[in-house]
Amino acid sequence: MLRKAFAIAAALGLAAAAQASLAATTQATPKDVHWSFEGPFGRFDQEQLQRGYKVYHDVCSSCHAMHLMSYRNLGQVGGPFYDPKYPNPNDNPYVKAIVQDYKVADIDSDTGDVIHRPATTADAFVSPFANDAAARASNGGSLPPDLSLIIKAREDGARYVYSILTGYQPAPAGLTVPANRYYDPYMPGDMTSFWHGAGPAPTGGFIAMPLQLTPNRVTFDDHVMATPDQEAKDVVAFLAWASEPHQSERKQLGFAVMIYLVIFTGLLYASYRRIWRKVAH
Amino acid sequence: MSGHSTYEPKTGIERWLDTRLPIIRFGVDLGDFPTPKNLNYWWTFGAILGVCLVTQIVTGIILAMHYVPNATLAFDSVEHIMRDVNYGWLIRYIHANGAAMMFLAVYIHMFRGLYYGSYKAPREVLWLLGMVIYLLMVITAFMGYVLPWGQMSFWAATVITNILGSLPVVGPPITTWLWGGFAVDDPTLNRFFSLHYLLPFVIAGVVVLHIWALHVPGNNNPTGVNVKSEADTVPFHPYYTIKDAFGAGVFLILFAAFVFYNPDGMGHADNYVPANPLVTPAHIVPEWYLLPYYAMLRAVPNKLLGVLTMFGAIGVLFVLPWLDRSKVRSMRYRPTARIFLALFLLTCLVLGWCGAHEPDAAVIPGVGPGFVLVDYGINTDVWLSRLGTLLYFAYLIPVQLFLPLFETPLPVPESISTPVLSHPASVPAGATSAPEKKG
Repeated sequence: MLRKAFAIAAALGLAAAAQASLAATTQATPKDVHWSFEGPFGRFDQEQLQRGYKVYHDVCSSCHAMHLMSYRNLGQVGGPFYDPKYPNPNDNPYVKAIVQDYKVADIDSDTGDVIHRPATTADAFVSPFANDAAARASNGGSLPPDLSLIIKAREDGARYVYSILTGYQPAPAGLTVPANRYYDPYMPGDMTSFWHGAGPAPTGGFIAMPLQLTPNRVTFDDHVMATPDQEAKDVVAFLAWASEPHQSERKQLGFAVMIYLVIFTGLLYASYRRIWRKVAH
Repeated sequence: MSGHSTYEPKTGIERWLDTRLPIIRFGVDLGDFPTPKNLNYWWTFGAILGVCLVTQIVTGIILAMHYVPNATLAFDSVEHIMRDVNYGWLIRYIHANGAAMMFLAVYIHMFRGLYYGSYKAPREVLWLLGMVIYLLMVITAFMGYVLPWGQMSFWAATVITNILGSLPVVGPPITTWLWGGFAVDDPTLNRFFSLHYLLPFVIAGVVVLHIWALHVPGNNNPTGVNVKSEADTVPFHPYYTIKDAFGAGVFLILFAAFVFYNPDGMGHADNYVPANPLVTPAHIVPEWYLLPYYAMLRAVPNKLLGVLTMFGAIGVLFVLPWLDRSKVRSMRYRPTARIFLALFLLTCLVLGWCGAHEPDAAVIPGVGPGFVLVDYGINTDVWLSRLGTLLYFAYLIPVQLFLPLFETPLPVPESISTPVLSHPASVPAGATSAPEKKG
């Protein structure tokens, strides 16, 4: 597998070869996965989004915040729990059930005391830690990144995150792994100073998050087998949706706009030919 | 404006207004403006740029209603636009991609000017005003890029403002003044937002001057020959309003393809990471339309000289009308100059490619850096950038000055109508049904 990773890295050609000489930061090319939401007609699979939310809820959310997401987003058009019966996502029973598990820090308007009130559908996702310092303190000094935009904030983000989640490997002999760090060839990093084996240092980097997605880590409500691969794909689909909740709407509107523009431009061309027909030019 | 006015006020109120504010006359004269009848599609980019500017201003005004120019809130306010504002995602993507599309159009517009000699007498002021617009566009686009306050925004602001710091004596105080402090921070963001809102209106003002300067000598045309008679021209409306509208339609299809199907294709993933002064991205790169200048900046080992080279690259275009010694306007009749212009275009593209890569990246992959010349191997991006920079200035100075001494231009037609009438597509036999050919 590692040999394969090397081969892939070598095949990266110009970019990788060039960058390696300066920073020596390497990472394996993300695994090739097909996503339903890719391409001009790509759509999210709502059941997959629901499973993905469950993975986020049961696993990721204990460390990773999504501060740009609100509970109501889960029930909006295109969201995991959207139901045409509830055009206002705040009325959606799934969303209302989800918020019952959360308390939000607030100020009592009568006494001014700090209180925790029940969350509403309009509230942003409750973050697992009060602030970044608290998050670091609980995670060996590392800050679990906010996942609201993670798919858009990385090159080829969906494949990248999927590859990281499923790419954990035992460190090759000769690689000194620091405490509370794990080897993942898909993580960008520079292994040179940790490498004491023969040949060039392995591709990839260390990640502070231990392997999370194990078989049956979550129980899917639709009885889909909770394999690590399935869990990773589902959570990536959910994160891809959350990175840009309006992307399906964008593609749908785009289709109509393109048709309109092509017809309109065709009419303009016909008008142009007609107006110019008597001019020698 | 040139030419006599054909407007006849017909009603009492029109006559009354015409002697007080002849605004209807002004509009009619604009529509009637005699325009060479042989303008090709490259001439539609002026109107396309007008569409772009209006689009940017309208979307920008709406974005400013929701955007918060504060270092702690800016990033989230942009995401608020993307997620919660009705069609905010559409407005923002139009604005972000619109900037890039406007640069695409302006580069085509400028190359059209270079090819057909549109900067030569008597259109030097027209060209100068165009260059002023371009310079303002660069500044505006750079400031706009900073506003989302992502990692690329912050570090682009840091790199570019530090560039000015390399100027002797005045550099450091200018940098501090631009920052509003001692680092890129909240005051910097606020003043960039203010200026980013102001400058498009300045651009609009200079565009008015640009159009005014166009209407004094009138349009250049693909032959480069002056208009000799009325037979050479058609009224701007409806002939060019419809042709420009068609050009703009085609342009909008490309624009929409980006907005709806690849809205982040011209952006950088790092700009969806909130600005963090403590973490420098692995590769700081500007948007594609500024990459050639970035390559020139890095090509020169000395920072100050690099900055001067970069500014010189734009500055030399300002004096182009006086560097070009050729009497023939259009390169249609300058086959040798045409080859040089093609090489110049290639040089600009290669420089752009260089700007996108690391300075020590190999140009030919898998060969290694090769023989080390001064500081880098010859098979590196930086040496290709140096070659490109040299060729860039070589085209704009020595080639302009001396090529006309050695080239033999082809015979130039008597008038615009002469080549038109001998054009195979407009041979009189069956002329009524002959398909129109744009030449």
